[in-house]
Amino acid sequence: METKEYTISMLVEDKAGVLNRVASLFRRRNFNIKSLAVGGSEQPSLSRMTVVVAADPAQVEQVRKQLDKLINVVKVSDITDADIVARELALIKVAATSSSRSGIIQIVDIFRANIVDVAADSVTVEVTGDEDKVNSLLELLRGFGIKEVVRTGRVALTRGGASSKKNPKH
Amino acid sequence: MKKTGAQILCESLIKEGVEVIFGILGGAILPVYDAFTQYPQLRHILVRHEQGAVHAADGYARATHKVGACIATSGPGAANLVTGIANAYMDSSPLIAITGQVARPFIGKDAFQETDITGITLPITKHNYLVYSASELAMVVKEAFYIARTGRQGPVLIDIPRDVQQEEVEFIYPDKVDLPGYKPVVQGHPAQIRKAAKLVNGAERPLIIAGRGIIMSQAYAELKELAEKAQIPVVNTLLGISSFPQNHVLSFDMLGMHGMAYANMAVQAADLIIAIGMRFDDRATAITDKFAPEARIIHIDIDPAEIGKNVRVDVPIVGDVKNVLGVLNNEITVKEHAEWLSTLNKWQREHPSLLIRESSELLPQYIVRQIYEATQGDATVVTGVGQNQMWAAQYFTFIKPNSFISSGGLGTMGFELPAAMGVKVGRPDEMVWCVAGDGGFQMTIQELATIAVENIAVKIAIINNGYLGMVRQWQELFYGHRYVDTRLWNPDFVKIAEAYEIPAIKVRHRDEVSPAICKAMDYDGPFLVDFIVEPEENVYPMVPPGKSLSEIIELPKPKRVPKAKPKILARS
Repeated sequence: METKEYTISMLVEDKAGVLNRVASLFRRRNFNIKSLAVGGSEQPSLSRMTVVVAADPAQVEQVRKQLDKLINVVKVSDITDADIVARELALIKVAATSSSRSGIIQIVDIFRANIVDVAADSVTVEVTGDEDKVNSLLELLRGFGIKEVVRTGRVALTRGGASSKKNPKH
Repeated sequence: MKKTGAQILCESLIKEGVEVIFGILGGAILPVYDAFTQYPQLRHILVRHEQGAVHAADGYARATHKVGACIATSGPGAANLVTGIANAYMDSSPLIAITGQVARPFIGKDAFQETDITGITLPITKHNYLVYSASELAMVVKEAFYIARTGRQGPVLIDIPRDVQQEEVEFIYPDKVDLPGYKPVVQGHPAQIRKAAKLVNGAERPLIIAGRGIIMSQAYAELKELAEKAQIPVVNTLLGISSFPQNHVLSFDMLGMHGMAYANMAVQAADLIIAIGMRFDDRATAITDKFAPEARIIHIDIDPAEIGKNVRVDVPIVGDVKNVLGVLNNEITVKEHAEWLSTLNKWQREHPSLLIRESSELLPQYIVRQIYEATQGDATVVTGVGQNQMWAAQYFTFIKPNSFISSGGLGTMGFELPAAMGVKVGRPDEMVWCVAGDGGFQMTIQELATIAVENIAVKIAIINNGYLGMVRQWQELFYGHRYVDTRLWNPDFVKIAEAYEIPAIKVRHRDEVSPAICKAMDYDGPFLVDFIVEPEENVYPMVPPGKSLSEIIELPKPKRVPKAKPKILARS
């Protein structure tokens, strides 16, 4: 079966060890994590995790069900085919001289990214968008010399009033 | 009123219905043991190794349908539980493992006898807890028991630092749990059940595969009603043995790698498989892409993650088997399936699978058969893993519900003796036979002391072939007869038993078998029989690894002389 990237959104209890339980499950069942982002949600006791997995349809079904079995996982949704807003944030430290700096600023403006730090020999760019946008910006900045990059991985929410749809139960 | 963590633990265990707890103590769990003196209604059975404690709790749980309990100290004590917890997890056995942990200030400092047992057992428990405060303890115990005994049952571990056991807090036992992420589905979806009923009513060659889920939800009557109403033949998985009486005309025994030829033929010819409370383990299905090629599959299981995990399923129904069958049976029409049943009966006549060959040597199959004859099926048979397990599964006719207790998923040598101990503690009035191999027996042999001291009247049959028999069988069949280190030099088990003050006899000949079994059963207390059997007897039928259920080897090939001399640790 064909492998593609799936976006899984999860609400998990904000307790010690929960990230470990999720990560351990992926390792133990040999599921391939492309990215995992975790942070607060709209409810104080719950965190939201967004996991991107490379899998075939049967595997992603298993991923979802196995995650759902974890006691601390409150809700799991495969939102790959849902109408979603998906973003990631990257910080890119680019080598910059007085002559190259204006070229970098031009590119950053086109991408509606921000320069968040300027030093004598570098600038740090903050960009938010989908993976393609981040990749394109990285590609264009490569010529200037990229010193360091950090990416958050994908975070996603479904659009509009509907919350991440509940799993279909058998 | 304020109580210590240790007292809170004991009172919570009692509130959850625990009567017996198997364990062995050490420094980090001492406050709990100290509190045991105040709670005489909690019977503590001191084992000789923590693996014995957890297998005993597992056996007890399987025999009683209650949650088993075991307890150990931190570090090595906790680590010694691991095999047994993994075993319980694989076979969905509900148990609570309690471990002591080093005191809170020492956690993470590599303190004496510290080990990260919650980290270690993460993938082999249904859930686990490290309790950081005595005020959490009552709720943790409440949740742990709820999780262990509901949904797909399983082991839960509670790790309690020594100073939490000593900490004094107000004790109020909660009356309910709040687990927003845990909502097991027990009622089957009505639309799915209707779909399933339609398939059953339209099938010409339906077959039920009954698994351990039937036993766990005690759905014996519902299974029987389904089978009888629509005249559907029943085969069972290894752990599904004793979910359906084998003396029933619709029973066609065990399927799988060492299943009956006719059972496997039935699977391969069926046009509808009704898989109930089973998980399509590879030992049951053989290779899955040639499993039941002509059949549509209805899969009833309480665990949604089992649906579609190993085989494609046409109609999944998630729910408790007893509930689902209760509804399904109302929608099934009365049927005959005379032609299908007569085909199966013909196959059973033509491929008997269970003949015991003529031999001057003592054959293991004969021993199992004689235990059946002596008990008339009124006994619980407990096994570990290997040839002894398969012969017990094949040659005993299981009639009583839940009368076969065995290590299925993990296949644990050494399960048999402590598990039998737990079974007997849970069913004191029942005849319990532990069928062990000489290899597995020695992995937990130290529990003979527990059995002797507590006078736990299990009857132990050692099928002693001087080999790690099943592994030797694979070496013979698939590794060119190279018996690398499967030959065992054994001590005299009769003398060992006698050293533990357990009466024992050795049997070498066929005519001694029945008297020995009767003697063991007549004796009021534990008894061991060391059966010295034909060393190189193989388990048949057999589906070789990597083959389909259709490619079963029914009869043994003529024995050839091994090319290489077996390596023997000689001691004359």
